[in-house]
Amino acid sequence: MLTPESLKKIDREVAKYPPEHKQSAVMSALRIAQDEKGWLAPETIAFVAHYLGMQPIAAQEVATFYNMYDLKPVGKHKITVCTNLSCTLMGAESAVEYLQRKLGIGFGETTPDGRFTLKEGECMGACGDAPLFQLNNKKICANLSPETIDAILAGLD
Amino acid sequence: MANTPKGQNEVIFHSIHLPESWKLANYLSVGGYDALKKVLAEKMPPDEIINQLKISALRGRGGAGFPTGLKWSFMPRNYEGDKYLVCNSDEGEPGTFKDRDIIRYNPHQLIEGMIIGGYTLGAKVGYNYIHGEIWEAYERFEEALDEARAAGLLGRNILGSGLDFDIHAHHGFGAYVCGEETALLESIEGKKGQPRFKPPFPASFGLYGKPTTINNTETLASIPYIVKHGGQKFLELGKPNNGGTKIFSVSGHVNSPGNFEVAMGTPFSELLAMAGGVRGGRKLKAVIPGGSSVPVLPGEIMMQLTMDYDSIAQAGSYLGAGSVIVMDDTVCMVRALERLSYFYFEESCGQCTPCREGTGWLYRIIHRIEHGLGRPEDLDLLDSVAGNISGRTICALGDAAAMPVQGMLKHFRHEFEHHIQHKKCMV
Repeated sequence: MLTPESLKKIDREVAKYPPEHKQSAVMSALRIAQDEKGWLAPETIAFVAHYLGMQPIAAQEVATFYNMYDLKPVGKHKITVCTNLSCTLMGAESAVEYLQRKLGIGFGETTPDGRFTLKEGECMGACGDAPLFQLNNKKICANLSPETIDAILAGLD
Repeated sequence: MANTPKGQNEVIFHSIHLPESWKLANYLSVGGYDALKKVLAEKMPPDEIINQLKISALRGRGGAGFPTGLKWSFMPRNYEGDKYLVCNSDEGEPGTFKDRDIIRYNPHQLIEGMIIGGYTLGAKVGYNYIHGEIWEAYERFEEALDEARAAGLLGRNILGSGLDFDIHAHHGFGAYVCGEETALLESIEGKKGQPRFKPPFPASFGLYGKPTTINNTETLASIPYIVKHGGQKFLELGKPNNGGTKIFSVSGHVNSPGNFEVAMGTPFSELLAMAGGVRGGRKLKAVIPGGSSVPVLPGEIMMQLTMDYDSIAQAGSYLGAGSVIVMDDTVCMVRALERLSYFYFEESCGQCTPCREGTGWLYRIIHRIEHGLGRPEDLDLLDSVAGNISGRTICALGDAAAMPVQGMLKHFRHEFEHHIQHKKCMV
C-alpha cells in the first residue's frame, strides 16, 4: 500500500516515541502517506492505522481534524494562501486576486489540467514575510508580488 | 538609528549576524553550550537553577506570562518513572512569528535550554512540537538535533557526565488550538488536538499521563543565558517582574516588518521606529499588541506605553507573545474584526458548546454588519455572545475569540454603529 521508502520514514517517526505509544507517529505517518499518494483516501488512512496498530476511526479522526491533510484529490501543486489579518494588511488580497486570475480558479478549486489547487489558509506563523503562500505543505513562499508569483509558478513542473 | 536599543539581540539573536548561524560550529564559536557545560561540571543543584529562574523574572513567552521558575518548581521531584519536557513551537496566532526565527537561526540555543530543562526537571526525553506550516524550520531543527547527538551533546551520557536526555521533533499539521498546552499533548499522543480539562495540570498528569512541563520556544531558548550570567543580569535587562529581552514580531502597516529583540519595557514608539515607522508616513490608528487574541488599543494609547506585561495590562490589553499588529488610518475595524472572527470560528475545536456555537454567532453577526445587513440590536448581541463565551470553556480559545470583539467595541464602537446605520464604512 505504501512504498518501502515511505514505510522506512514512518518507522523513523515511530522510533521517536515509547514503544507502547506508536499512535504518536500517526500525524507524521499520514503526512508521509499523503506525500506519496497526493491525498488521503479512506483506504490509505486505514492502512496507516493498521500499520500503527490503532483503530481506523482514530486515524480518520486525526486526518479530519488537522487542516493540512487532503481528504480529496488535489492538483500536483497545492497553493495555500494565508488571508488572515496581518497578511491582509500587507497585501494578501492583491496576491489572491492575481493568483486567481492567473490560474483561472477560485479557492478550493483545481485547474482543469490538474496542476494547481488553490486554497485559503489560516495563520502560518510567518506574518513578517507577508503576503505569502505555502507550497505543497512544505515551502513558504514569501513577500509575494505579481513578479515573484510568476517566477515561482514558472519554476514548477 | 543613532543609539543601539537597550538589550538588542542580547539573549536570543546574539549570533544572528553569523552566516549559517544555525550550525553547531557557529553556535559554539559564540560560547554556545557553555551553560550546559557549567551545569554538568559544577553539578548545579536543580533547586539552584530554579532559584536563578525565579530571580530572573523570566515569564512564559508563549503568551500567558506565567513565571517560568514557579512553573518548573511544580514538577514532582521524587517521582519514580518517566517525566517529560515539551517545547511549544506551535505558533499560529495571527501576528506571531518569532519561534520560527529562533528555530531557523538559533536552534542550538533552544536545544541547550531544553537539555538544561531535562537536567533540572529530571526528564529523560523532550519533544519540540513545531507548527505544521513551517516545514523548513522542522527540517532545520531535525538537522540541529543530529548535529548535537553526533557531538555528544544530546542522547546518552551527555559529554561523559552520565546525564541521559534526548529530544525529538513532532510536526504539527494545521490546528491553531494545538498551541494550547493540553491540546498539544493530545496531539503528540496521536489524537485530535482537543484540550483537556484542568486540573489535573500537566505537572502531575501530562504526556502519556506522566509529569510534564511545557514551555514556549523563546522561554526555553532564554535559559542558557540565565544559567550562564545569573538571574540578576537577565532581570536587569528588563524591568522588575518583567525580566530579560523579548522578541517582538511586528507586522501590518509598517515599513520594515520583522522580529526585533529588545529589552522588556522598551517604549512602543521605539519599537515602531525600529520597524521603520507606519507605512507611507500615514497616521497610526490602532495596534493589537500581543497577537490576534488580545484587545486592540488605539494608536494614541499605544504611543504612551512600554512593551512589557504590566504596562500593556494596565491599558486593558495583554503583551501575549509580543506579536504587534500595526494598523494605519485606512483600516476598517469592522472588516479587521470580521477576518479575526472567521479565524476563531474556523479554529474552534468544537468540544465546548459556548465556543463551537458562539464563535459562529460572532462571525455571522460581524459579517452581516460588514456587508450592510447589520441590525440596531447587533452590538448588544455581540456583547452578550462574547460575554457568554468568556470563562465558560475548557481552554482559552473561547476567551481568545471574545476578547478582540470586546476590545473593538470598547474603542471603536462608533465605526460599528456607522456601519449599521449607513450600511457602509466610514473609513
